[in-house]
Amino acid sequence: MITKQLLKINSHMQIAEDTFEVVVQSPLAKELKPGQFVHIALPNHMLRRPVSIAGVDTQAETFTIIFKIFGEGTRELSKYQAGDTLDVILPCGTYYPIDQLEIDQALIVGGGIGVPPLYYLAKTLKENGVKVTSVLGFQSKDQIFYEEKFQVLGDTYIATNDGSYGTKGFVTDIIDEINPTFDYFFSCGPTPMLKAVSHQLEGYNGYISLEERMGCGVGTCYACVVPLKQDPKQSKKICKDGPVFSANEVILS
Amino acid sequence: MNLTTRLPGLMLKNPVMPASGCFGFGKEYSQFYDLSELGAIIVKAATGEARFGNPTPRVAETSSGMLNAIGLQNPGVEKIIEEELPFLRSYDTPVIANVAGSTVEEYVKVTKALNHSKDIAALELNISCPNVKEGGVQFGTDPSLAKEVTYQVKEASDYPVYVKLSPNVSNIVEMAKEVADAGADGLSMINTLTGMQINLKQRKPIIANQTGGLSGPAIKPIAIRMIYEVRQALDIPIIGMGGIITAEDVLEFLLAGANAVAVGTANFQNPLACPEIINDLPSMLKQYGFYSVEDAIGKGHV
Repeated sequence: MITKQLLKINSHMQIAEDTFEVVVQSPLAKELKPGQFVHIALPNHMLRRPVSIAGVDTQAETFTIIFKIFGEGTRELSKYQAGDTLDVILPCGTYYPIDQLEIDQALIVGGGIGVPPLYYLAKTLKENGVKVTSVLGFQSKDQIFYEEKFQVLGDTYIATNDGSYGTKGFVTDIIDEINPTFDYFFSCGPTPMLKAVSHQLEGYNGYISLEERMGCGVGTCYACVVPLKQDPKQSKKICKDGPVFSANEVILS
Repeated sequence: MNLTTRLPGLMLKNPVMPASGCFGFGKEYSQFYDLSELGAIIVKAATGEARFGNPTPRVAETSSGMLNAIGLQNPGVEKIIEEELPFLRSYDTPVIANVAGSTVEEYVKVTKALNHSKDIAALELNISCPNVKEGGVQFGTDPSLAKEVTYQVKEASDYPVYVKLSPNVSNIVEMAKEVADAGADGLSMINTLTGMQINLKQRKPIIANQTGGLSGPAIKPIAIRMIYEVRQALDIPIIGMGGIITAEDVLEFLLAGANAVAVGTANFQNPLACPEIINDLPSMLKQYGFYSVEDAIGKGHV
């Protein structure tokens, strides 16, 4: 059940350039599934900021979010500290339907701030006995986070745009190079990356998670829609029908 | 404290309703609270056929507000009547349908279709959407077109008609008089103001439609001024809107001359905005020396 809560921040720390990890206390944490997001209100901002869930600790009843400073809203969010209260709508959106899938091997493909929800997903897959291979792209070495955490879950490859770490280039270059075997791929990241990955892995089963400027975040305002491949005039709402979609379901632009 | 307010076709238990386009058809926000708490509900615009809206991005945040250019995306009036409105039957609150179109004929078609629905209590005639290429705000900025479409819709409708005015005009009183002359039962004001925001890095407008409608607290003083001016000139009932966030904002609209109010953008910031405002109203009205909502209407005029 979606709801609005005032939640306490347990920890707040910088984990890479302009990138922050925040752990939030919530009795609803255990209900948050990989792919879902929370919608965060900020003082002096009309619109909330959607942030995907990077992890859940069911015992401690906490969830983790990771965000990067992109504008004034995320800059404001970066100034919060442990002990502060966040105004959060949760849980928002759909999740990766992994319970309904027969998976032995999964390929995780993440780019930049699209990486956090994939960590929660990869961790859940690993716990379910799935072999996970992760290919992660970042702009530069300074922006990389969670590499060791992904390595614990399975083979992990890193690409940087400027070549300052790992393979110079894009996630697609690594996929070409390692030619991984997998039943399903799961991807989240900037739209150009999602397009490239979907194109490269055409014919494979996969799910992608989309990002868009949102209004309400709950499905009423029609701000964040994405057109459907089978009928481009029809669209789905990213906040409510997504953010997770089957890889060949929507038109990326 | 008596919160009731009476408008043509609408006997409201309190003056607060969500604004069209900011509440979908109610389902999503019904997860957050009992919609029966609301004075009324104005649902999302209906057009003759399904509309698919504008390209994304469709929203951008601004100082004390937001821009939107959704483009009247909706499944068409027939589907709205069959699939969306029945959900609201179970709530003890009147529903106002929002009628949009590109031509007078489309407005009339939507109006006639809505005559067959028993799930609504009134129509809001949307002649002020700034985000569609044809129709919309054209009707709301040309007094003779506004008069014509109001007259035709009023002729066709079995329900009271509230005409939603655009603030993108130099003389709001003239527009109000024209639609009042054409038989409007009430006014709904104001819709959004056309605006633009440019992304510095990308060197282009953030919103794909380039322009969008500005809403939120940024436009409240304009709404208050326009309602005040219209109230000075006309006795017509007014549903006031434009940047309402708090119960104090509601009182300001009542003082300016609104008979009821709609809450728009605030719903996005706080899904509980409407019930929280309604809850705060009695003590706030008392604090300012009023014993009922109707007692405060128009009392800000000097």
